[in-house]
Amino acid sequence: MLRIVSVLLTCILVGYLGRNWKVLRRAERLPQLLIPVLLFVFGVSIGANRELIANLGRFGWQAVVLACLGLAGSLLAGYVAGRLLEKKGGRHER
Amino acid sequence: MKGNLLIFVCFLGGIAVGRAGIAPDWLLESSLPKLLLTVLVGGVGLGIGAGDDLHRMIRSLRLRMFALPLFTVAGTLLFSLAGVLLLPGRSLTECLAVGSGFGYYSLSSVLIADLGSASLGQAAAVELATIALLANIVREMLSLFGTPLFARWGGMAPISAAGINSMDVCLPLIARHAGTDYVPQAILHGIALEVSVPLLIGLFC
Repeated sequence: MLRIVSVLLTCILVGYLGRNWKVLRRAERLPQLLIPVLLFVFGVSIGANRELIANLGRFGWQAVVLACLGLAGSLLAGYVAGRLLEKKGGRHER
Repeated sequence: MKGNLLIFVCFLGGIAVGRAGIAPDWLLESSLPKLLLTVLVGGVGLGIGAGDDLHRMIRSLRLRMFALPLFTVAGTLLFSLAGVLLLPGRSLTECLAVGSGFGYYSLSSVLIADLGSASLGQAAAVELATIALLANIVREMLSLFGTPLFARWGGMAPISAAGINSMDVCLPLIARHAGTDYVPQAILHGIALEVSVPLLIGLFC
């Protein structure tokens, strides 16, 4: 966590200082390009994990059920939070 | 949508390559995803710093932003309770422990294997850790692919859905589909949840 936050803050500062430099303004597109690469590498590590693949049939559906429950619950919570927290105050809807 | 399809194809392609055993060793290096994630977050940071929104973003920081992680925790755990009814043989605390990963599959599975072995026994803890690993990977995938859709229900919904990943993997998509206004909230949300994972899993295991 500390690493992620410090990288983020450092890069915001670097980006701010060099904001007139065209290359840095283009760095915005870097994450869009990197996500597919990251997911590919992630997929390789899952595919190479024999134990995980072998247990997929036994535990896979339980994992999917729990994942969907957690996702649905947080999605609803996020929607409610948006309604409650954003109604008043200065944050404008996009 | 096209971008999402590309991400999904890359993911499936990765699994196929991994399974076939043709991946070179450097691809399996455990530090590689970490490195990519660092570059990814760095790119987001550079984009924010060099963009025109920085001043507005800093001014938008509010104390009430700390409320969203609480909503995410409450929503996730409340719905995870239903797992007891749907999954025969799973106890209440087991369902809650898996839900408490919030998409942080690496840490949550290690914690469950470690802490659970005392209360559940070694074999049951490893089994639950495997489920936690899979469930949190699935949650990360679903929230990543769903971000464009979830953003229709307001900017907070995709952040909550992303769990921990609102501050890294899902951040670029949240910025694009919910708007850069939501970036500070997304980062704060991810940090708060990261702190809560070991606390909650410790509580339920």
